[in-house]
Amino acid sequence: MNILSMENIKKSFGSNEVLKDISFKVNKGEVVSIIGTSGGGKSTLLRCATLLETIDDGTITYMGEDVTYYDQNGKLCYAKDLNHFKKFFGLVFQNFNLFPHFSVLKNVMDAPVTVLKRDREEVKKECLELLDKMGLADKATAYPCELSGGQQQRVSIVRALAMKPDILFFDEPTSALDPELTGEVLKVIKALADEKMTMVIVTHEMAFARAVSDRVVFIDGGVILEQGTPEEVFVNTKNERTRQFLQNYNS
Amino acid sequence: MDISTLIKHLWLTPQGNMPILGTVYIFFLTLIISLPLGIIVALLRLSKVKVISYIVQFFISVLRGTPLMLQLMVVTYGPSFIAKQFGYNLSMPEKLIPVVIAFSINYAAYFAEIYRGGIESVPRGQYEAAEVLGYSKSKTFIRIILPQVIKRIVPSVTNEVITLVKDTSIAFTVSYVELFTEVKRIAISHSTFMPFIVAGVFYYIFNFLVTVAMGKVEKSLSYYRI
Ligand SMILES: Nc1ncnc2c1ncn2[C@@H]1O[C@H](COP(=O)(O)OP(=O)(O)O)[C@@H](O)[C@H]1O
Ligand SMILES: [Mg+2]
Repeated sequence: MNILSMENIKKSFGSNEVLKDISFKVNKGEVVSIIGTSGGGKSTLLRCATLLETIDDGTITYMGEDVTYYDQNGKLCYAKDLNHFKKFFGLVFQNFNLFPHFSVLKNVMDAPVTVLKRDREEVKKECLELLDKMGLADKATAYPCELSGGQQQRVSIVRALAMKPDILFFDEPTSALDPELTGEVLKVIKALADEKMTMVIVTHEMAFARAVSDRVVFIDGGVILEQGTPEEVFVNTKNERTRQFLQNYNS
Repeated sequence: MDISTLIKHLWLTPQGNMPILGTVYIFFLTLIISLPLGIIVALLRLSKVKVISYIVQFFISVLRGTPLMLQLMVVTYGPSFIAKQFGYNLSMPEKLIPVVIAFSINYAAYFAEIYRGGIESVPRGQYEAAEVLGYSKSKTFIRIILPQVIKRIVPSVTNEVITLVKDTSIAFTVSYVELFTEVKRIAISHSTFMPFIVAGVFYYIFNFLVTVAMGKVEKSLSYYRI
């Protein structure tokens, strides 16, 4: 089943056409890596998928339910109850965006309790388990400012997981980290991949993308230039642009 | 008049007025009203509806650009003056009411600008994180944004509160019986300078306490860094 389906997505900022007719689907349990040059539209695609940006044209569906539709006049509209769709996905930001005034535990518990109105004790138990699993058991009462970047990013992953999303998006989750801290975050994402968590990961970590992905998508200039298995994209690419891009990365 | 008689007099005059309490009233009532009112004004100022934003911006600039003393006169004498033009005779309300109204509106304008700066300094990522997690607009503001705003603005608010302590003396211009009004009256009628010194010491101690209290507030918010 398609968890997310985006079809013929177009998005411009003013006269800058950032997404040019992109179609992108994600199946349940699939791990998709998105690679590509900076400014190519990767973040914008994720922001459209997570409803932080509105698309100009195209359709978005989650779990087969329409997020966008066209009215009688052919005008693109968004569904009324967007919160219904926000339950399906989570987003991990490049710079974490943890809430600085909340402790680690409160950061991960607050949305399930106040947004989903779930039972506090039950949520707390789950969150402590998740923190434990991510090696953060002793940080539950700490504040984000007391954590390293790698720990903060793991907390933000737990915060997203605590909402029990069907799909998790990552926008360059290790780009804001010191090189020696990327490993611990990538390890956590790898563990989620092994558990068959559905994920879309924008990343510049090519070795990692190759290791965890079921599918790799190369985006450049607002279009998907190529996609396929890691083998197909990283080893046997037939696309000249992809080859160039990968060459620049390996040198 | 010796100093202890003077202090007793400033607490309770033979006419039954309580000048010190008058000052304290202006101070606390103004804060209780203007601190929350400022949030509303700031939110209106930040409204996406341009007309609302511009109107509020205009009022803020008038309130900050004209003397508080003048605003106090307008609020105190304006209503009965206007009523007289239409042939009505308004009896003067308890002076504390117009004084507190004028002070509260004036300080709300100042606080609103401080809040606005604070709100605008919270990174976009905080709003976006909350939005993706499904927080409503109001929950985002109250749970996520406002606490961070408060932490950021405590030092600027402290400055305004210190100014307010001193500004309470402006109420003498409409003869509301607060400390400065009475001090000035006694100094003139008794040809002595001493009441002014007593008043100075009073304002200084008042502000010392304000500084200590606001320092406590700042400390209580120092358990996290932004
Ligand atoms: N909010 C915005 N307003 C205007 N232009 C934007 C905005 N966000 C992104 N862009 C532009 O869209 C293009 C693609 O950006 P982005 O999606 O961030 O690329 P990537 O994540 O692949 O580096 C860039 O040219 C960028 O300047
Ligand atoms: Mg990006």
